[in-house]
Amino acid sequence: MNLHFNRRGFLTASGSLTIAVALPGGKACAAVANSRAPLDPTRLSTYVSVNADGSAVGWIGKVDMGQGTEIGWAQMVAEELDLPLARVTIVQGHTNATINMGGASGSTGIWRGGAVMRVAAAEARLALVSMAAERLGVPANALEVDDGIVSMKGDGAKKISYAQLIGGKHFVETLEWNKEIGSNLAIKGKATPKKPSEYKIIGKTGHRRRDVVDKVMGRLEYMVDVKIPGMLHGRVIRPPVAGAVPTAVDEASIKSIQGAKVVWEKGFIGVAAPREWDAIRASWLLNVTWSDVKPPFPGVDKIYDHIRAAPVIKRDVDKEKGDVNEAFAKAVKVFEAQYEWPFQSHANMAPACGIVDVQKDGARIWSATQKPHYCRDGIAMLLGLDPDKVNCVSMVGPGSYGRNDSGDVCMDAAVMSRALGKPVRVQGMRRDGTGWDPKAPASVHTSRVALDADNKVTAWYFESKVFSKRDAFNNEGDPAFTLAGQLLGAPLKPTLIFGGPEESYGFPAFQKISNIIAPLLDRASPLRTAHMRDPGGPQVHFAVESFIDELAYFLGVDPVEFRLANVTDARDKAVIRAAAEKAGWQRRTEPRKIANGDVLKGQGVAYATRGGTRVAMIAEVEVTKSTGRVWVRKWTVAHDCGQIVNPDLLRLTIEGNVCQSTSRAIHEEVKFDDKAVTSVDWLTYPILDMKDAPETVDIILIDHPEIPPTGAGESATRPTAAAIANAIFDATGLRMRRAPLLPARIKAGMA
Amino acid sequence: VAKFELMVDGKAYAVDADPGMPLLYALRDDVGLNNPRFGCGLAQCGACTVLIDGDPLRSCSTTLANVMNRSITTLAGIEKDGKPHKVQAAFIEEQVPQCGYCLNGWVMTTVALLEKNPKPSDSQIRDALSGLKCRCGTHLAILRAVKRAAMA
Repeated sequence: MNLHFNRRGFLTASGSLTIAVALPGGKACAAVANSRAPLDPTRLSTYVSVNADGSAVGWIGKVDMGQGTEIGWAQMVAEELDLPLARVTIVQGHTNATINMGGASGSTGIWRGGAVMRVAAAEARLALVSMAAERLGVPANALEVDDGIVSMKGDGAKKISYAQLIGGKHFVETLEWNKEIGSNLAIKGKATPKKPSEYKIIGKTGHRRRDVVDKVMGRLEYMVDVKIPGMLHGRVIRPPVAGAVPTAVDEASIKSIQGAKVVWEKGFIGVAAPREWDAIRASWLLNVTWSDVKPPFPGVDKIYDHIRAAPVIKRDVDKEKGDVNEAFAKAVKVFEAQYEWPFQSHANMAPACGIVDVQKDGARIWSATQKPHYCRDGIAMLLGLDPDKVNCVSMVGPGSYGRNDSGDVCMDAAVMSRALGKPVRVQGMRRDGTGWDPKAPASVHTSRVALDADNKVTAWYFESKVFSKRDAFNNEGDPAFTLAGQLLGAPLKPTLIFGGPEESYGFPAFQKISNIIAPLLDRASPLRTAHMRDPGGPQVHFAVESFIDELAYFLGVDPVEFRLANVTDARDKAVIRAAAEKAGWQRRTEPRKIANGDVLKGQGVAYATRGGTRVAMIAEVEVTKSTGRVWVRKWTVAHDCGQIVNPDLLRLTIEGNVCQSTSRAIHEEVKFDDKAVTSVDWLTYPILDMKDAPETVDIILIDHPEIPPTGAGESATRPTAAAIANAIFDATGLRMRRAPLLPARIKAGMA
Repeated sequence: VAKFELMVDGKAYAVDADPGMPLLYALRDDVGLNNPRFGCGLAQCGACTVLIDGDPLRSCSTTLANVMNRSITTLAGIEKDGKPHKVQAAFIEEQVPQCGYCLNGWVMTTVALLEKNPKPSDSQIRDALSGLKCRCGTHLAILRAVKRAAMA
C-alpha cells in the first residue's frame, strides 16, 4: 500500500489499496486510521512508516500553523532515512493518525517534535539496515544507504530497497518513552542519529514548503471550506454585559427565517440554520432577555490602577540568587522604574471556525485548533465519550499564534450538534473573534537595582504584577477551559501562573517575582487569559530591556556595552555583538536626538533568550514630531536557535515574528468599558498596516549545527517592544513605559 | 428571495438569494467557490476580495444587485491556461503566505495595481496595499513579491 499526503496529510493517491478520497478529510482520515497500527508512544510505527513504493511517512502529533514546520520535519526524517525529501510526506495533527505530541505549542515544533521524528527515523533506518543485513547475508556495518536502497559498500550489485524490506507493512520495533504525552513527549532508540557533518538535507537552502502553491492558487481547502452533508450553520450569541446569561428567549422573533433553530442550555444561547446567511440573520434578530448583572470591569483607562491595587492571590519566586533585601538595605542609590502592558487579542485573520458532528456513540470534529488532541479530549469529556470514539481532523485556519478562539468554537459546535442531532459548523462574526477570544494578560512590572558607592549593581529586583497568563488554560482539553463549558456550569479550573524573564544578566543578587491577581470576571469572560505568541514574554521583556537601557544611560554607559558587560552567557553576548556590528551601532551615553525637520531618528537595542534560543534586535526608528508617529524603518536581528534545519524558512519565520510583534508594540491594546470589550474589529483593534511595515529586516543567523535546535516561532517576538521604546528614547529623549507606543502618547510625552 | 445572475471567472450562474445577502455568501455557498474568505464582514481586511470589472472589491460588503451583469474574478480565476498569473508566480517564488488566509486581498489588489501602474514605486505599492491585513506579519515578503511581479 502506498500512502501519499499533502497539506495536513490528506490522502491524494494510493497504490495497491484503493482509498476513495473525498475532501473534506473525514473519509481519508478514517482510511488512514484503518491503516495505522495502534497509536502507542513506544511503537516505532506510531511515528514512521514506509510505503509499498519505498517512500516514507512521518506521523506527528504537532501542527504547522503556517511557518513551514512541515518541511522541517520532512527534512529531519528524510535525512535520517537517507531518502530524497520529495519521498517523505508528513501527516500532522489528525487525532486518529497521530499521537498527542502537544500540537503547536511553545515553539516546540522542531525543538521537541523534530527531535522525536529524528530519533524515530534514525531507528527506522537502523531497523531497515538490520533487515537488509539478514536478507543479503552480510554484516550491517558493510552496508550503506542511498535513496532508500541498502547496498553493500563497494559492491553495488548486492542491494535491496526499503520497499522490498518493509514497504506497506508496519515496523514492529519499540522505543524507550519518557512517559510524557504532549509537547514533552520524548523517545529513545538504539540508533545514533547522523552527525551534522554527514547532513545532506538539514541546514541547506532551497527546500520549499509544499502548501504555498495551493494557497496562492486559491486551491487549498481551509477549515472554513469544509462542508458536511446535513450540516447546519451555528452562531453563538454573546451578552451585552459580560457575565450576563439569558433569562428569556423569544423564539418567535426568528420565525421568518427558514429552518432557523435556537439552542438554549443554561448560560449558552445560539442559533442554527441550513444556510450561513440565515444563521447570521437569526443571530441578529433573535430577541434575548439577559440577566441584570453588575458591570464587571474597571474600564481600560483604570486597568493599571486596578492591577496595582489588587490583592496578590499567588506569589511565585521565578528565580533568585543571593540576599536581595540586604543589598537594598546597604544600597547607596536605588534606581527604579515601572512599566505597563495592555491586554492583547490574537485578532486572527478571521474569527475561528469549527465543525462538530455528534453521533450516537462518537463524534467527529473538524478544527483549525493548534492542539487537535486536546480539542478531542475536551469534547469527549463534554459528551461523556471515550476519547477514542472522537476524531479531530486538523485543518488549516486563519493563523494561530497561541490559544485563540478555535477551541471555543469547537466546543460551541459540540453543544449545538448534541442538541440538534446534526453536524454544526460555527464561525463567529468579527466581534466574536476579537471581542471574545482568550486574551494575553495586562501587567505592571516594577524593576529596581541597588547600587553601591562605585555605581556597581549589587542587586536587582524584578516584579510582575499581573493576571495569570492562562486562567483559561493553554488548551481546550476540558469544557471548564472553554466559554461554552463555563456557560453550562463546568466547575472552574483556573491556572495561576506567569513567569519571569529569561536572560543572563549576572548581577550579584537578584529576585524575580510574579505577583498574580484575580481575574476581573472568573466565568465566561471576554478578558479570560490564555497563551498568545510568547506568553508573558513581550510584557516581561518590554520591562526588563527598557529598564536595562534606562540603567545604562543612568550610569553613563553605552546600552550595547552595558549589556555586553553584564550578560554572562557567551552565546547571548554573540547575538548582541553581531546585531550591533551589523546595524552599525554608534556608541552613545546620551540620547542622540538626530533631527531632520519634523523627523527624529534613533536606534535602540534589546535582547532576550527563550527556551535556549537567543535573539538580539536593533530598531532604527523615525519619530514624527508633529504627529507622534513612530516608524521602525529598519530592523537588525541576530538569532541563534542552535542547529538550523531550514534557513530560508527560519528567515521568513523571524520576519513574521518581527512584523507581528512590531504591531503589538506600536498598535495593539484591547479596549473595554465597564460592561464589555469595545475593540471588536480592525478599526478599534488596528494592526500593522503596509504603510508602517519596515523597509528592511536584516537577519543574521548564527548556526550551531552541534547544538540541538531550539524554538524559533516566538523568540524574535520577545525583545521587539523594548528595542522600539529604546530607539524612541535615543530619538527623542522620551522614555515610553506604557505599551503600546501610540502616537498620541509619544506626542503627549514630547510636548 | 430574488433571482440573481452572476458571471464568475467567465461562467454564468443563477442564484436565488435574500437581496440583503452579500456576494461573498453567494460565491461560497451557491457558486461553490472557496477562495474568497470571510475575515471581518466589514470591508476592513481584504480576505474576501474579488475583482469586479478589474477593480478590487470586498465581496463581504457588496450586495448581489450591485454586481449583476458585471464580470467577477476570483483568486482561482486569474490563472491563464493552467499557469499562475505573474502575481501568483511572484508570491510563490517569494514563498509569501504563512497561514495564507489573507491572500485574496494582497494578490487581487496587486493584480489591479499592476494593470493600472505596471512599475509602481515602493510608496505607491504601500499606498495601494494600505488597509489590507496580514496577521502572520508577511509584509516584507509581500512587498518583495509585488516588486518581483512588476519586474516580470
